[in-house]
Amino acid sequence: MTTAVATSNAVLDELREKIASLEGTGLRHRSFLPFGLSEIDAQLPGGGLAYGALHEVAGGGNGAIDGAAAALFIGGIAARTTGKVVWCLTRFDLFFPALAQIGLHPDRVIFVECDKEETVLASFEEALRYGGLGAVVAELVRLPMTASRRLQLAAEKSGTLGLVIRRWRRQTEASDFGMPTAAVTRWRISVLPSEPLPVPGVGRARWLAELMRVRAGEGGEFIIGACDGQGRICLSSDTADRPDQTRRSFALP
Amino acid sequence: MARVVSVFLPTLPTDRIRRADPSLSPNTPLVVIARSGSKRWVAAADRAALKLGLRVGMPAAKAQALVQGLTMIDADPVADLATLERLTLWALSQYSPVVTMDPPDGIVMDTAGADHLQGGEDLMLSGLVNRFRGRGLAARAAVADSWGAAHALARSTNRETIIISRGETAKAVNRLPLSSLRLPVEIVASLRTLGFATVGDLAATPRAPLTLRFGPEIGRRLDQMFGRIAEPIDPIRPADLVEVQKSFAEPIGAPETIEKYVSRLVRQLCLELEKRGLGVRRADLIVHRVDNTLQSLRAGTAKPVRDIAWLTKLFRDRIEKIEPGFGIDKLSLTAIIAEPLVDVQSASSLMEEQVTDVTPLIDVLGNRGGQRIFRVAPVASDVPERSVQRIAPTADEIGATWPLHWPRPSRLLPHPEAIEVIALLPDHPPVSFTWRGKRRRVKRADGPERIFGEWWQRSSEWVAVRDYFVVEDDAGERFWIFRSGDGVDTETGSHAWFLHGVFA
Repeated sequence: MTTAVATSNAVLDELREKIASLEGTGLRHRSFLPFGLSEIDAQLPGGGLAYGALHEVAGGGNGAIDGAAAALFIGGIAARTTGKVVWCLTRFDLFFPALAQIGLHPDRVIFVECDKEETVLASFEEALRYGGLGAVVAELVRLPMTASRRLQLAAEKSGTLGLVIRRWRRQTEASDFGMPTAAVTRWRISVLPSEPLPVPGVGRARWLAELMRVRAGEGGEFIIGACDGQGRICLSSDTADRPDQTRRSFALP
Repeated sequence: MARVVSVFLPTLPTDRIRRADPSLSPNTPLVVIARSGSKRWVAAADRAALKLGLRVGMPAAKAQALVQGLTMIDADPVADLATLERLTLWALSQYSPVVTMDPPDGIVMDTAGADHLQGGEDLMLSGLVNRFRGRGLAARAAVADSWGAAHALARSTNRETIIISRGETAKAVNRLPLSSLRLPVEIVASLRTLGFATVGDLAATPRAPLTLRFGPEIGRRLDQMFGRIAEPIDPIRPADLVEVQKSFAEPIGAPETIEKYVSRLVRQLCLELEKRGLGVRRADLIVHRVDNTLQSLRAGTAKPVRDIAWLTKLFRDRIEKIEPGFGIDKLSLTAIIAEPLVDVQSASSLMEEQVTDVTPLIDVLGNRGGQRIFRVAPVASDVPERSVQRIAPTADEIGATWPLHWPRPSRLLPHPEAIEVIALLPDHPPVSFTWRGKRRRVKRADGPERIFGEWWQRSSEWVAVRDYFVVEDDAGERFWIFRSGDGVDTETGSHAWFLHGVFA
């Protein structure tokens, strides 16, 4: 039984390798950044977030505007990589002490504050192409298909982890998230009431992480505890209060 | 299209004397006296002297009679010129590849294609004026499309910086007086007699009668001011500059050709630099066009560079910005700032993980314009908006970070926003609050975290206090709110509530 599983895995691996080489991405850079949570990693082909690929994260509900949870989720991923992180944005409203608290050291992050969204795209692509960086992050309002394909190719070429935070100025603009992009995974992070404490107070923040799309895999929903001091998330054991919270979602076209 | 900056140093002679002799008090009036034969007159006066009613051109004896104990120093035009030259060379290294002296009291430069390194024209001009002031020199600067217009604007208004956007020159110079046209004094006097008062008057008059009476000078100056004829700036060059050039027998214009020659020039420049053991910090590509105008591209690097591919890339990104016009007959590439560069071994072991140097990427992004590149570093301050500072992307890594024991929001609002709150004083978290028109019931809260004002920063914060709370509403959204004041003593704050950040 076990051997049968092992053989089938080997066959599958071989097939995956073949497909990857057909896709032209090559296996040279291919590796994965696991979350360290088997439930989530199992949903991602390769067992983690693929390097050399574009990943998209948006906030849910009101969080789509401030992108606070999305930024921290991405910050946690970036904190677990090695090397410099380039962060491109138009509005610098990140409060870095929060990112430092999840293990992203300020020495590692180079910010590129752009005047226009187009400049963000150009800088993002340039940084993705450069190679050797831990991760490249961009905060974007719009991500058209063509642009995302360019970015995806740039990321594939250098093997850099490309992370996009989608945030909007108005709630209505969030419908843009319904448009397809070339990103390998798409996430939506909404805030949930924090973990209950035995005493009054705010516990560890919890998020509803929706894996809305993953190339060659199936999506899923996870209730996770926010990043800890090393940027790791955890699965929240307490799912009993799910019906308790009001979940809002975007009006998808 | 040229963008000409004209810098006017109104009190250069007196400023030079003050800089050379610090014993002179800044409040005592100082004049510089020029002489010709037995005639002695005031050639320059500082601000204090001008305030007392002394004027340039006034006889020296009259000035002496008006102000008792006036400090008078003989004029030294040669020293003034030397000072101006030194300032011009400094401006060359800082602001633009095409800089020259505009004697007796000005500097002129073409900053098209170079202002992005200073953060745009606005920041460039204010930075320039501030740096001059920091060196004890009064300065006024104007930027316009032509030398004539910038020259006139810098000298005929009292504003420190003037920016005339592209194509607005004609509108801006119409009201200027005739004296700003750089014409001989006699011509200006005769024109005034004829009833002309402003540049606009003169420009609206038929040209032929004026030329018949005064010669071609008036027409030429007007055309220069309105940018109808070119007034090339012949750039100043220090003696020991590393410069490579390529002249073309047949003018070139195609982008591919330009690119080819630029990469050859970069190769040559790197060889030259290698001979001297230097690396380039700032490189200028000057394009000489057949219509006798110059165009320049400036590329800056964060540390000395002698890497051909890297430098070529910095220029290749922007070659499309070159307008060849009728053709380019000469390209020259200059290392305007070069610093010693020694070769270092980049990897000491094949086994170790290689750390990627990101300086080339920073240079490429930094030379694009329209973006600011920085890192952030902690500041020893409890006040949230002061606890983060921007530092240069290539600054040394100090390894410092913020204290981590209090939770901090991941987004901080640019300014705290006022909220309406129902809360018990003195130290209870709010029961509910209204932010941006939406009322939220607080389900969980943490706090207060008391942050005291910093009296060493501002005296108004002598007793100021902010009490910060982390609150979570029904839907699980977490916010950082604070009350100004400690809830007891109104002297510590207004007891108004504000929302300052959003937690993830």
